[in-house]
Amino acid sequence: MGAWAIAVHGGAGVDPNLPKERQEEAKRLLIHCLDIGISALRSNLPAIDVVELVVRELETDPLFNSGRGSALTENGTVEMEASIMDGPRRRCGAVSGLSTIKNPVSLARLVMDKSPHSYLAFSGAEDFAKKQGVELVDNEYFITEDNVGMLKLAKEANSILFDYRIPTVGTCGAGAAAMESPLQMNGLPISVYTPETVGCVVVDKEGRCAAATSTGGLMNKMTGRIGDSPLIGSGTYACDLCGVSCTGEGEAIIRSTLAREVGALMEYKGLNLHEAVDFVIKNRLDEGKAGLIAVSKNGEVACGFNTTGMFRGCATEDGFMEVGVW
Amino acid sequence: MGWAIAVHGGLGDIALSLPPEKRLPREAVLRRCLDVGIAALKAHNHPLDVVELVVRELENHPHFNAGKGSALTASGTVEMEACLMDGKTMKCGAVSGVSTVVNAISLARLGLETVEMSHFITPESIERLKQAQEADRVQLDYTQPIQKEVPKDAAVADGDSQIGTVGCVAVDSEGNLATATSTGGIVNKMVGRIGDTPIIGAGTYANHLCAVSATGRGEAIIRGTIARDVAAVMEVKGLSLKEAAAYAMDRVPRGNAGLIAVSSTREVAMLFNTTGMFRACATEDGYSEISIWDSPTKIKLIECVNIRGLILLLDR
Repeated sequence: MGAWAIAVHGGAGVDPNLPKERQEEAKRLLIHCLDIGISALRSNLPAIDVVELVVRELETDPLFNSGRGSALTENGTVEMEASIMDGPRRRCGAVSGLSTIKNPVSLARLVMDKSPHSYLAFSGAEDFAKKQGVELVDNEYFITEDNVGMLKLAKEANSILFDYRIPTVGTCGAGAAAMESPLQMNGLPISVYTPETVGCVVVDKEGRCAAATSTGGLMNKMTGRIGDSPLIGSGTYACDLCGVSCTGEGEAIIRSTLAREVGALMEYKGLNLHEAVDFVIKNRLDEGKAGLIAVSKNGEVACGFNTTGMFRGCATEDGFMEVGVW
Repeated sequence: MGWAIAVHGGLGDIALSLPPEKRLPREAVLRRCLDVGIAALKAHNHPLDVVELVVRELENHPHFNAGKGSALTASGTVEMEACLMDGKTMKCGAVSGVSTVVNAISLARLGLETVEMSHFITPESIERLKQAQEADRVQLDYTQPIQKEVPKDAAVADGDSQIGTVGCVAVDSEGNLATATSTGGIVNKMVGRIGDTPIIGAGTYANHLCAVSATGRGEAIIRGTIARDVAAVMEVKGLSLKEAAAYAMDRVPRGNAGLIAVSSTREVAMLFNTTGMFRACATEDGYSEISIWDSPTKIKLIECVNIRGLILLLDR
């Protein structure tokens, strides 16, 4: 034992027509986050601190769907959710319905460390944040021009039902390109779906695993809708054996308790990390589309997805490093 | 193979000296809810309809910590949560932070009627909230609040919290499984606190093998992914329902949780690691049971008759 490993993701389900520049931007951010995580690991920070650190970075950057740059609710506001879990003793914290908390994953950490509960939401969570002296900002801070545009498209997509020939603006490339992409996730054309939930899993030198996931949720979602990201066992899970963070269609992840599944197969069936990840992606998702990243206490790292692409990056102590989209 | 059904009304440090006026109404409600469920199963209703029906009954009775009679948050308000899951389709619905809906379980199932919130706050809830705040702790269902000096009578009257999460699991003669859980949460919880009940895999779970509804300290049930683990262990290790339930319960510290479950082979399991758990179950072959503590009174049911008198005798 004694080797660290880290993986990050920026969402499963990528528009195949995503312009090159955006793909490169995403890869750069993933590399940047990996570097931060790797430095932290080299400085002997425990896994739980590393995952929080890395996800904070992902939340702060407006590129992916978390923190700043979160997908917008049907009312044009932001309702963020996140969860974090510490493998040893399986301590966990989760939050939902946040609209003024700069770093949701850090609030989830505070719920885990400083509250008698595991999961706080909406006004209760924001009150708790105030009492803890957490940095609060206006809801405006999280809203980007890109996403205002995406919300408009999503609303049009819903009213046009399954006609996916929707012209796109801005970052999603030329209209013609969008028309060729029939991919759908959660009933929306992939170009407006914005799955880009973020997550990080880490195992440190002592073999401790941790996982964290953060998201703004579905574009154009009903206010109050909670997805898989804050649900322990679904979007996030960590135990003695592994740390897992999932992304994709929330319903599919919840029904299959995807993150827990990886751990359960390792624990009850004795599968190793790669076998467990392969198994759940192949057999537990049915028609659902999702992806996940995972680490094991033995310093292994794995990712799996049945979607078209997943923004991801991973690195291990022996020098292996990889960032990918497809 | 027949049907099977189990119901629970929460658990905790239920004093063995629980006075009849606290015990009997709850047993009566459990009995009535069991009967409602049995009748629905006999009429070939789908288990998902059956569990919803039974939990609605439990929510409507103020004796349990769900719907009317829900535990109060630190602000004296009600925030209910509920969840149900169909084992065959794996479709699930959950709600949380609900304060004006009469039947949270039905909201979870997308049907509802709304009323003013005061309908849910009963004098008992307010009293318990006061107690919890005075003792400055979050009170698990049934935990005896700290009492400095307890006059003998008072101990019996308000020594234990008489309410708990509710749940129902059922399997029909075709092997369709379903589970439903509903609660007001822990007394004096922080506003916005979400427990295990609406988290699939924690307090509620069903698949083609079994249907599980858990109750107890939410935080412990979430970490232990209890409901999911029962099914996982059955599937992967080939354990029976009872063995799997015991296996999952091992992951939770004493005094923290309990669960009811039925399997596709009509096994029924009701386990808890607290002093007691209000529970009842019945199977088509005539077996029926209503219990609170260990050494349950098992009674063979010949017809669906009211045998409450018998239970009282045997319990004593």
